[in-house]
Amino acid sequence: MSMRGEVAVIGVGMTKFGEHWDKQLRDLFVEAALEAIEDAQVDLRDIKAMFIGNMGSGLWVEQEHLGPLLADYLGIPGTPSLKIESACASSGMAFRLGVISVAVGLYDIVLVGGVEKTSDVTHGESIHHLASVADREWEAFYGMTLPALFALIAKRHMMQYGTTREQLAKVAVKNHKHGSYNPKAQFQRPISIEDVLNSPLVADPLRLLDCSPISDGAAVAIIARSDIARKFTDTPVYVLGSGVATDTIALHDRDDITTFKSIVLAAREAYKMAKVEPKDINVAEVHDSFTIAEILAYEDLGFVKKGEGGKLIDEGVTELGGKIPVNTSGGLKARGHSPGATGIAQIVEIVLQLRNDAGKRQVSNAEIGLTQNIGGSGASCVIHIFGNKR
Amino acid sequence: MSIMSVPKAPRIWQLAERRYRLIGTQCLKCGRVFIGPRKICPQCGSRELRDIELPKRGKIYSYTVVRNPPVEREKQGPYIIAIVELENGCKLTTEIVDCSPEEIDIGTVVEAVFRKIGEEDKTGVIYYGCKFRPVK
Repeated sequence: MSMRGEVAVIGVGMTKFGEHWDKQLRDLFVEAALEAIEDAQVDLRDIKAMFIGNMGSGLWVEQEHLGPLLADYLGIPGTPSLKIESACASSGMAFRLGVISVAVGLYDIVLVGGVEKTSDVTHGESIHHLASVADREWEAFYGMTLPALFALIAKRHMMQYGTTREQLAKVAVKNHKHGSYNPKAQFQRPISIEDVLNSPLVADPLRLLDCSPISDGAAVAIIARSDIARKFTDTPVYVLGSGVATDTIALHDRDDITTFKSIVLAAREAYKMAKVEPKDINVAEVHDSFTIAEILAYEDLGFVKKGEGGKLIDEGVTELGGKIPVNTSGGLKARGHSPGATGIAQIVEIVLQLRNDAGKRQVSNAEIGLTQNIGGSGASCVIHIFGNKR
Repeated sequence: MSIMSVPKAPRIWQLAERRYRLIGTQCLKCGRVFIGPRKICPQCGSRELRDIELPKRGKIYSYTVVRNPPVEREKQGPYIIAIVELENGCKLTTEIVDCSPEEIDIGTVVEAVFRKIGEEDKTGVIYYGCKFRPVK
């Protein structure tokens, strides 16, 4: 069966991403969920199941069993509810599973969400926890960190394709500019190329302003069978394509670390299901956990040929006003990156864009949008393609 | 809040010999070599693999300097981490030691040295394994 167009997003909500010192994981989730429920004009009792993306609640706040916890605190105990984990791609994966559950006819209306609470521990502890997305025995044990993995990729990409330090900086500059138009973004101030190049080194050649923050946050989407979606909203956004793939857990087990095979494979599935090509995408949210990751995303999604991602940023193609604006929300870099919530936060942005609700950052006449969410150093990837027509 | 996922004695023991002697796994069908034990080859699907002692020399495939370390390495200061490609094509993740970042590049020839990798606390386990250093 094809899921194309069978399921629609009827409402979205999210917290601001950032440092929520005064809020707990459950508070963040309930805040985002209530916003989405109001947006969807559904009753809490209409929700027949919940799929919650979360990367590391067991690590960061020593809380597992999020499914029942969050259904309970949303006031609907008894509702089927479970946590989905795929590192930073957790809630993109939760969305996919929610869509499947509706498409097969199991449920009419489903809540898909993502949440992460990271700021209750020290920075060093967060770096340790984040390294669990890599191979603990053969990478992290020897001192590998998540920024370091992307630094290794950047170094090879620069060597093999001549990608420059300035091109990487331009990704952060663009995304901060976009973030300045997004009231939910963690960072709403523009930065310059010099700011990036003068920021402290994190893992050479990557600097602080090449890296997304590790944020607290939650994001929620309410999805429904397409044939009932218009009972709730005049502007349903349809799921046209969905793709998922994995790759080796350790970066060192790949032949070429300048390409994410998981993106290539997931994109192939999603484009085929949606019956669209890369050139048909009007707006995209991609996983810029580090600036180099956005360059790889351009290439592996097929927006440009391998090795030409740097050229795309130079030409301004992916800026607001360009041919295919990427990360209009500010991306992980400026909107913030709350590992378990990022996948749905990307979907929230694309839904707003396709509903013409994106305010100052609206892409005119956007009809087809794409989200691309990876886990770790690309060992997992989930991609969705959306349209405002079925 | 404590860090609970640093290795503990039984877990360290499971892989100690492989880490000490640099033992990997080779697929008998496609020939690919991996660090770490495997029962099934992720490249060709074969179930015929054998343990092999890996070459002690290789070249730096990519590297960086970690300046924001995880909590267990906060006292260590910046360190070099790399993917090294061994002479038989096996790639692995390792720390590069006995040199400054300016002395190495992609392609630098390195050799394995037996070193302390880390420790839990004053009464906990000290764990060892291989790091690599430039061949002088």
